[in-house]
Amino acid sequence: MTAPSEPPQASSTDGKPGIIEQAKDWIDYRMPIFTFMEHELNEYPTPKNLNYWWNFGSLAGIVLVILIVTGIVLAMNYTPHVDHAFDSVERIMRDVNYGWLIRYVHMNGASMFFLVVYIHIFRGLYFGSFKPPRELLWWLGIVILLLMMMTAFMGYVLPWGQMSFWGATVITNLFSAIPWIGDAIVTWLWGGFAVDNPTLQRFYSLHYLLPFVIVGVIFLHLWALHVHGSNNPLGIDRESAKDSIPFHPYYTIKDLFGLGVFLIFFMGIVFFAPNALGEPENYLPANPLQTPAEIVPEWYLLPYYAILRSVPDIAIPFTGIVLMKAKLAGVIAMFGSILILFALPWLDFSPVRSARFRPITKQLFWVFVVVCIVLGKVGANPPNLAVFSGIEGFKYIHLGQIATTYYFAYFLVLMPLLAKFEPTRPLPQSISEPVLRDRDESGE
Amino acid sequence: MTTINPACRALTLALGALVLGIAFAAATSASEAPKPKAQDWSFQGLFGTFDRAAQQRGFQVYKEVCSGCHSLNQVAYRNLAALGYNEDQIKAIAATVEMQGGPNDEGEMFIRKGKPFDKFKNPFPNENAARAANNGAYPPDLSVITKAKPHGSDYLYALLTNYKEKPPESYWVDNDGKPIPPAKRKWPEGMFYNAAFTGGAIAMVPPLAAEAVAYQDGTKATVAQMAKDVTTFLAWAAEPELEERKSMGRKVILFLLALTALMYALKRKIWADLH
Ligand code: HEC
Ligand code: HEM
Repeated sequence: MTAPSEPPQASSTDGKPGIIEQAKDWIDYRMPIFTFMEHELNEYPTPKNLNYWWNFGSLAGIVLVILIVTGIVLAMNYTPHVDHAFDSVERIMRDVNYGWLIRYVHMNGASMFFLVVYIHIFRGLYFGSFKPPRELLWWLGIVILLLMMMTAFMGYVLPWGQMSFWGATVITNLFSAIPWIGDAIVTWLWGGFAVDNPTLQRFYSLHYLLPFVIVGVIFLHLWALHVHGSNNPLGIDRESAKDSIPFHPYYTIKDLFGLGVFLIFFMGIVFFAPNALGEPENYLPANPLQTPAEIVPEWYLLPYYAILRSVPDIAIPFTGIVLMKAKLAGVIAMFGSILILFALPWLDFSPVRSARFRPITKQLFWVFVVVCIVLGKVGANPPNLAVFSGIEGFKYIHLGQIATTYYFAYFLVLMPLLAKFEPTRPLPQSISEPVLRDRDESGE
Repeated sequence: MTTINPACRALTLALGALVLGIAFAAATSASEAPKPKAQDWSFQGLFGTFDRAAQQRGFQVYKEVCSGCHSLNQVAYRNLAALGYNEDQIKAIAATVEMQGGPNDEGEMFIRKGKPFDKFKNPFPNENAARAANNGAYPPDLSVITKAKPHGSDYLYALLTNYKEKPPESYWVDNDGKPIPPAKRKWPEGMFYNAAFTGGAIAMVPPLAAEAVAYQDGTKATVAQMAKDVTTFLAWAAEPELEERKSMGRKVILFLLALTALMYALKRKIWADLH
C-alpha cells in the first residue's frame, strides 16, 4: 500500500474535478484505500489460462456472505432455549415474512458452502496449488475448513430437533476418548452433565462468532494469494507479461457467469427440494429419552464419520493386548484425516505442480475422489449392513476400512513414492507456449 | 491439446455438481426402511398446488378423527384461511373448542371459547396424560409429520391404509431368519399390525374405517379417500408456504437463466480479443 505521490489537487485533468472525485482523492491521499482496491481488484494480474475450476474460490466467498446475511436475520427471530428453539424455528418458517425463504437459504447454503469448498480443495490437490510458494495459503484454507465444520456442527444443533440433540451428544462424547481428562472435558463442553440448555446457548454464541473469524482468516488467505497470485492449470510460473491478464474485466465476468450457473443449482434446491439434503428426523423435537434408530450427521460430515467408525481396536497381533481402544483410535484417525492435509507440501515434494503432467498421479487422484464419495456413503449406513444384498459377508464396515486405508495411503505412501519415482511429462516453456506448440504439432 | 468449448465445460461442471448432489442425497437416505409406494399428489412437481377440496375434506378427517389423540401445535385457526374458509367460518371453527383464559382482573383463570389466533387445541394437557390414554405410547404432534418422515406424504398414506388383521407368515421369523413355530408366537398386548410401520407393531388403533366421517361434498368416505385427504391436509400443515415457494421459485429460476445467458454472452465478448 503506497500513498499516491501527488497531492489530490493535481489528479484532475479537465479543470475542476467533481465532488465525488474530490472526496475520493481526499480520502486516498490520507489512506490509500481506493488505490489499494484498484490494485488488488482491478489491475491484479492473473494467469490467462485459468479454467472453470478456478471459479469456486469466489463462489465460496459469496456463499459465506449469503450465510452471514441470512444468519443475522434468523438470529433476530430465533430463541436459544431448549423449550423454545424448535418452535421458534417453526415460527420463522410460518409467521416471519419470507422466513421460510431465509431459513431454507441458510440451511441449504451451508450444504452449498461445503460443496463449493470441497471442489475448491480438490482443485488445489489436482493442480498442486499447495506447493511452494503457496503452502501458507493452503494451510490457511485448511484452517477455514476446520472452522466451517465447527460452525456448521453448532448451527445444526440450534433447531433442537432429534438429530440436533443426538448429533451433539455423539460428537461431544468423542472427547471422552481422551485418556484421563476426557470426561472432564466433555462436562466442561456441555456446561453440565448432559447436552442441555447451557450447551445450546454456548453453541449459539459460538455459531454467531465463528463465521466472522472465518472472514478474518479468509482475509489472510487472500492476502497470501495476492503475493504470488493464482496457480494455473499448467502449474508453471508466469514468465512474461504475455502470460497475465488483469482480473477485471476478464475474471470478474467469468466469475459472474459461474455464479449464475451456481445460483440456478442452489435456488433450484431452495425452492423445489429444500429438505432433500437434510435428515427428516430433525423435524421431530429433541427428546433426550428416545434415541433415533440411526444417528447420522449432515452429508458434508459423513466421510469423517465413516473414518471414525472404521477403525478397530489397535492390538498387538496374536497376543490380544489392546494398545488403543477403537474409540480413541477412531477419533485420532478422524481428526488426522484433515490434519494430514497440513503435511501435503512435504508429502508431495515433486516440483511438478499440475497433475496434467503426472500421468499416474492423475489416475490416483480420481480414485481418491471416488474413495471420498464412497466414505460418504459408508457414513450414511449402519456398519453392519451388507453393502450388496446378495453378499451378506461384505458389510459397510469392511468397505469403510478399505476406503479409509486408501485415504491415508494416498497421502502417506503413494504421494511420496510418486514424487520420487513418477516419470512426468515435459512442462511447457511458458503459459503462452502450449497454444503455439499445439499449432506447430498440428501443422506437421 | 484440444480446447474444449467453455460452454461445454460449464455444462459438464453444472452436471457434475448436480450428480454429486444427488449422489449425496441418495447416500443420506440409503439406510431407511423400505420405500412406501409413491402416490400421485396434487402438490408435487414444479407446478404443484394443494387440491382445496381435498384439503377441506382432510381437515374434516383431522378434526373428527385424528384430533382425538394428535395435537397440531404449530397451526393456528386463522391459518385455515389458506384452505378457502372465510373469517366467519374460521371464527365458528375456533369457537367449537374451549381454551383456558386469564388471569382476569381478579387474578382468576377462566374457560373461554377458542379464537382465530389460538393454536389448534391440544387433546391432552401433557405427554403423560397422552400416554396414559394410549397404552403407554405417545401420539406425536402432526404439524410437520410429512417433513419428519422419509417420503413423508407417501409414508403417511401407506401407514393409514396398511393395517392388517394379523401379520403374514413371513413376519414370524427370528433374528437369524428361522421361522418361529405358532406355539411360540407372541403378539404384544394392545398393539396392531401395520405393514408400513417399522417393526410392524403399532400402538395406534386403526383410526380410519369406511364412512368414519360424512363428507359434505358427497365424496364417498372410503379409507383410501380419507387417507388421501388427511395427508393432503397435513402436507399443507407442514409446508404452508409450498404454493408461494414454487411460484416464486419458477420466476427466480427463469430470471437467473436469462441473467446467466447474458453473462455468458458478455463473457464471450470480453474474452474474444484475447484468443
Ligand atoms: C386413538 C388415538 C389415535 C387416533 C385417533 C389417531 N392416532 Fe395416530 N397415533 C396414535 C398413537 C398412540 C401413536 C403412536 C404409535 C406408536 O408409537 O406405536 C400414533 C402414531 C401416529 C403416527 C406416527 C407413526 C410413526 O411412524 O411414528 C402418525 C403419522 C399418525 N399417528 C397419524 C394419525 C392420523 C393421520 C390420524 C387420523 C386419521 C391418527 N393418527 C389418529 C394414536 C392415535
Ligand atoms: C460459516 C457460516 C455459517 C454456516 C456454515 C452455518 C450453518 C448453519 C446450519 C447448518 C444451521 C442449521 C440449519 C437447520 O437445519 O435448520 C444453522 C442455523 C442457524 N444459523 Fe447458521 N451458519 C453460518 C453462519 C451464521 C451466522 C453468521 C449467523 C448469525 C448471525 C447464523 C445464525 C443461525 C441461526 C439463528 C440458526 C438457527 C435457525 C435455523 O436452524 O434455521 N448462522 N446455521
